[in-house]
Amino acid sequence: ILAAAKERGQLVFLEGLKSCLDLLFGEEEHVPPHISLFDFVRVSLTPADGDSWKGPVLLVDDLSVLLSLGAAPVAVLDFIHYCRVSVCCQLKGNVVVLVHSNEDSEDEENELVVNSLCHHSDLILWAEGLATGFCKDVHGQVRLSLRQAAEQDLVQIYQYKIQDRNVTFFARGLSAAVL
Amino acid sequence: MRFTSTFPFQGLMPPVRRQASLSAPGPLRSRPYGHLGHLRNQGGVPSAAPAPHSPHRSVPAAGPLSPRQSCGVPQLPQTKLRCPPAAPAHPHPRPHSHLPARCRAPQPFPARRPGTCQQRGLLLGGGSPNRSPIGGARARPSRRARPRSLPGPDMAAAGGARGCTSFQRRPGAGPRPPAVPGTRPSVRHGQLLLSSGLPSLDCVLGGGVAVGTLLLLEEDKYGLYSNLLFKYFLAEGVVCGHDLFIASAREHPDNILKELPAPLLDDTHQKELGDEAAAVKSEDFHDSMKIAWRYQNLPKMEASPTTYTKFGHYYDISKKMSPELCQSIKWHSFYLHEELSSEPKMKTCNMNNGYARLLQSIQRIISQEGFDGSDPQKKQRNVLRIGIQSLGSILWGDDICCSDTPEDTHSLTKFLYVLRGLLRKSLSACIITVPAHLIQNKAIMERVTNLSDVVVGLESFIGSERETNPLYKDYHGLVHVHQFPRLNSLICDVSDTKDLAFRLKRKLFTIERLHLPPDLSDTVSRASKQDLAGSAKLLSSGCGAMAIGKKHLDF
Repeated sequence: ILAAAKERGQLVFLEGLKSCLDLLFGEEEHVPPHISLFDFVRVSLTPADGDSWKGPVLLVDDLSVLLSLGAAPVAVLDFIHYCRVSVCCQLKGNVVVLVHSNEDSEDEENELVVNSLCHHSDLILWAEGLATGFCKDVHGQVRLSLRQAAEQDLVQIYQYKIQDRNVTFFARGLSAAVL
Repeated sequence: MRFTSTFPFQGLMPPVRRQASLSAPGPLRSRPYGHLGHLRNQGGVPSAAPAPHSPHRSVPAAGPLSPRQSCGVPQLPQTKLRCPPAAPAHPHPRPHSHLPARCRAPQPFPARRPGTCQQRGLLLGGGSPNRSPIGGARARPSRRARPRSLPGPDMAAAGGARGCTSFQRRPGAGPRPPAVPGTRPSVRHGQLLLSSGLPSLDCVLGGGVAVGTLLLLEEDKYGLYSNLLFKYFLAEGVVCGHDLFIASAREHPDNILKELPAPLLDDTHQKELGDEAAAVKSEDFHDSMKIAWRYQNLPKMEASPTTYTKFGHYYDISKKMSPELCQSIKWHSFYLHEELSSEPKMKTCNMNNGYARLLQSIQRIISQEGFDGSDPQKKQRNVLRIGIQSLGSILWGDDICCSDTPEDTHSLTKFLYVLRGLLRKSLSACIITVPAHLIQNKAIMERVTNLSDVVVGLESFIGSERETNPLYKDYHGLVHVHQFPRLNSLICDVSDTKDLAFRLKRKLFTIERLHLPPDLSDTVSRASKQDLAGSAKLLSSGCGAMAIGKKHLDF
């Protein structure tokens, strides 16, 4: 399905690993990464004349990698800000961003980006392992925090188990192994 | 496997019972991944989905080898039901020598494989619909319930479910060697796997190192054991006929190549094992179990190498590999100091000079030798094994190992990112050793871990107080798996045992499940008494002892 979508132009996939090789071993000029990345995003998501799809979604797989590549945290946050403005406000779409984090992480830049993103996000999904350690029936738990305007966040916690092609979610303590 | 012996000729039927007794202990016991089989069945659709790889994980098996090709070609030995009439030239005649070698051995990968590979039979060679699942026969290894009048070859010990099927020999569909020697496909995600040179490490990694991935080894304190694993990886490449690329800033790659361990062939290994076993027996006689004697025969995550299998070999570190064997493969070297002095300055793109040169060199080799599939003329594809020693150390010109605030914190991470891009695009796999214990800025190590595919850390007991700790007396160090890739799938093959340890026997290095011996002495009660005494003292000292006093509330 995804392959067909890609052919139709509905799915645009920028694969960083491949593109960086072209950049590095090619002959192009060096451009500030976050600006050109944003241009790419904007151009890809702006609907062309014949398209009838609504509600573009931007999925960013791993913002933490951008930090590893040398981008300053402020630049990364700027990029997300531009994306949000253009995708959410102008194009009425959604932005989904993945970051890695650790409770006892010493990576301050990463924590800065994560905290800032949490403040600006409407929905936060926090997947973590169980506090009690490894379990083969319950692989972890995910905390959904829905930010609401004037009230406190609505937090829900589900546990999950990952299978080969699927993830099953269930309420805490009600995994299939127990029932 | 014990139940997949096949016969070239119908008339020759060795006594099955004797065959079964040679095999590893019964299926219920020696199955480190048995529970994962259970997980998988719950997960539902045993689809042939691995073929259309999602674009995210475009590991090269989907690249240069088209999905169609990867379906047909790399066949697991177990699914072969017909062997070439000329038994494969086995250098060492043994009892039952009319049986092809690879079909007999308890192979070093877990027993559930045949069952699941039949589920995914479409991908792995397309089992003909007449074949009954091998998994069904697993529970009855010694049954001989096949009528002898059936045409075509029978499978020893797989008779149970197959007694009534009319199996037909597929004409001309003999076993095809895998397209790339020394590799085999993974059942979980269908990628090609390479052996890491250490069969017990292959078990830990869920079968082996996937082609296109990066294996990062965090060095132990003195670099002894990580160097050993590094050499094993390269030696495996030599034995399988893969190309090698060795990069080092510390010693010249020529010397590294000369010091690779010699492979152990069957007979010699049997003898070695016998010697070792005798030596061990005399030392540890009192350790043999009396009550739990059945568990004595459990494999400790190590498969005994009873045959010269095509995947996974054993090496003797006391002997060096013969120069003829080393010269039989093509290899490339990158010695930093030579490279820096020879070539003129090149653009570094904000990366450390040494790393940039190394990347250029790797990229050049990959494109020149056609590992990225750029040369369609090349019939025989081969795999490139890249080994980089002590990356990140001061010898590479990077000061992350000696300074809290290094000059350029991003060089190593950029290098790893680009390297992984190169690996994904080509038929290669890479092992890198990093002196992680020297890197002061832990943030860098976190990023490095996130950027690698598999991260294994070695912690040796040398010089630590654990060396003399009687609990660890059998082992030389611990193994930590920090990161695992999820290629083409949402879960990975990581084993359930999180406590792994390694030991270096006289000639062999193995990674095993960490077994602490039962604490039969009275130190147990003594320790808790000490605890109580300690906390009692603190309690009496007054306030502030609340938090510490918690300890002895738990009895």
